[in-house]
Amino acid sequence: MTVKVAFQSVAAMALVALAVAVPMGTALAGPTLDAVKARGEVVCGVHTSLYGFGAPDDKGVWRGIDVDVCRAVAAAVFGDDKKVKYVPLSAQARLTAVQSGEVDLLSRNTTWTLTRDTANGLNFTGINYFDGQGFMVSKKLGVKSAKELSGATVCVQTGTTTELNLADYFRANKMELKPVTIEKYEEVTGAFVAGRCDAITSDASQLAAIRANDTPNPADFVILPEMISKEPLGPSVRQGDDQWFDIVKWALFAMIEAEERGLTSANVEAALKSPDPNVQRMLGVTGDLGKGMGLDNKWAYNIIRTVGNYGESFERNVGMGSKLQLARGLNAQWNDGGLMYSPPIR
Amino acid sequence: MNARDETPEEIFSREEEPIEPHVAVKAPPAGHPLRVVDWAKANLFSSVPNTVLTLACLWVLWETIPPLIDWALLKAVWQTSDPRVCREADGACWALVTEKHRFILFGLYPWNEQWRPLLAMALFIASGAVSCYPGFWRWWLPVLWAIVLPACAVLMWGGIFGLTFVDNTQWGGLPLTLILSVVGLVFSFPFAILLALGRRSELPAIRAVCVGFIEFVRGVPLVSVLFMASVMFPLFLPEGVTVDKLLRAQVGIILFTAAYLAEAVRGGLQAVPRGQYEAADALGLGYWRKMGLIILPQALKISIPPLVNQFISMFKDTSLVIIIGLFDLLTTAKTALADPEWRPFFIESYAFVALIYFAFCFFMSRYSQFLERRMETGHRRS
Repeated sequence: MTVKVAFQSVAAMALVALAVAVPMGTALAGPTLDAVKARGEVVCGVHTSLYGFGAPDDKGVWRGIDVDVCRAVAAAVFGDDKKVKYVPLSAQARLTAVQSGEVDLLSRNTTWTLTRDTANGLNFTGINYFDGQGFMVSKKLGVKSAKELSGATVCVQTGTTTELNLADYFRANKMELKPVTIEKYEEVTGAFVAGRCDAITSDASQLAAIRANDTPNPADFVILPEMISKEPLGPSVRQGDDQWFDIVKWALFAMIEAEERGLTSANVEAALKSPDPNVQRMLGVTGDLGKGMGLDNKWAYNIIRTVGNYGESFERNVGMGSKLQLARGLNAQWNDGGLMYSPPIR
Repeated sequence: MNARDETPEEIFSREEEPIEPHVAVKAPPAGHPLRVVDWAKANLFSSVPNTVLTLACLWVLWETIPPLIDWALLKAVWQTSDPRVCREADGACWALVTEKHRFILFGLYPWNEQWRPLLAMALFIASGAVSCYPGFWRWWLPVLWAIVLPACAVLMWGGIFGLTFVDNTQWGGLPLTLILSVVGLVFSFPFAILLALGRRSELPAIRAVCVGFIEFVRGVPLVSVLFMASVMFPLFLPEGVTVDKLLRAQVGIILFTAAYLAEAVRGGLQAVPRGQYEAADALGLGYWRKMGLIILPQALKISIPPLVNQFISMFKDTSLVIIIGLFDLLTTAKTALADPEWRPFFIESYAFVALIYFAFCFFMSRYSQFLERRMETGHRRS
């Protein structure tokens, strides 16, 4: 057994060069939905520990806005949001996990880019969090805009796209950059709070979390208005199975649509009796919308009943009801100044 | 000048006073109450540079130890569920560990079932402790393990006797670290002996395979072996076929450790005098009996220090399994810090797991010294 695996892994290593050279992602998938149903659970790739997005709580229960997408898919397929097997994935392993079929979907704080959507063999199904890279400074510095940061020391985590974006931004604006690069996230935060650098740069969601939790007095710090990068984060599936792609896509849309229509986990039971034809269609009271995806017609009802709508998920995990205390911002509904927009469910 | 700066001098003068000018300065064992002063004079204050060094060391200790004790013990917060209490305090926030110890120790294992890994770990450690004592190296020891290992497996996995099934992707914390290292040790050691013997074999094919394997594995870091096992390996499997992640990591660790252990064993084999080989041949022993009865017992005894060195290193290297998403002890400690309210107290979390790692590694290191003394048969060259 041992020896056999040894030879296989040796062979695997020998073929690395080849594998890297050949573009991946042309894998043809079998019907994922059937496999998921036969298995009895959705295998979902999540972050190893990113509070608010995907992290186990003190009791080892997975929580987060990304985790809620996994739960929504399970609720749509099985009517039970607990039928999920979570696979924590490192940043390096996440794309392969989707390509190799180790996970049915990836919901792990992953930025939707062209390369990932094409050459890497993923299909992004939507966006569940609009993030962007920003700066935070101490109020004492008196800086109002990122353009004034020329010559400032900036704390940044090494080996991330954050670092590259920072360099790009300063070069593009012909400003002088003095980066303080630190590998560990806690230490970057610690260095900034201790005053070792004038500014810290990271994704806006992280900056807000740092301000709320790591600074002695949050009111002394300000997040500058400029966003120097777009980070649309969303779930993805493997290319080649359109049915499964649709299911994951519409599971998230159902959550967004539910918020727009005012359907919550608390009132969805009563809403079954709603005279509104849109609500009736969505909750499967009339029509055959679920069947079209190979699901039960109560798919959206089950999502809203167990996971809640997008707004509930946001508030609970990253919003004002959570320790991160993020404002809705870009993640508000389209009719409320944000970008969250679901195509009609009909 | 504050009170602290004076103190080394106080210590100095206190120790100077009772010394008579012509006391013989032989060095009796330290700690002997009457001779402490003599010993100090002979060893700490024998010359001007020594005196300066001693004073400098005392000063550094005085500057660091009291604040450390202050931080770690006196001003520390031991128990609170409110992180704000910790922010107010000047000392360490051990409350983080008190609050999250179950997650740090058991990771993702279902909360209500955590008595199972606890019991399995207790069984595991108790059997390990029993196996360490050479007086117990009897016929019943393998029998004991033959009972304990399946018992641990049943406890961890469940699925029978009314225990709910817990998938091994949910194992974590200390049990996972112990399983990876003990199973790694148990399997890699015999494999390493075979590799070492193979490398010294007179059959070219066997020798080539063993040399090739050892040199190849030693040429790559463990991280890359694990990375291959987790990231590249699945791409070569047929669609939908997956090999268990824990197994992949475990096999990676076994292969990796075996290559290093093999070199330690080979060192031992080379240190056995040629006469021993010849004597065994002269007795008409076959290859396996020659090795099993004459050569290996001596070779392994000689290689105890490098072997234990490798075991300790492997124990700590198990923390690399996070790159394939397994929550070992170090990762659970890190994950406990994902909670932003507690994140400022990362030092405490790391100190806690460092203590656990230290306890195990220190035990291994002392045990190897005990074994060396125990196995001493008068051949030691010193």
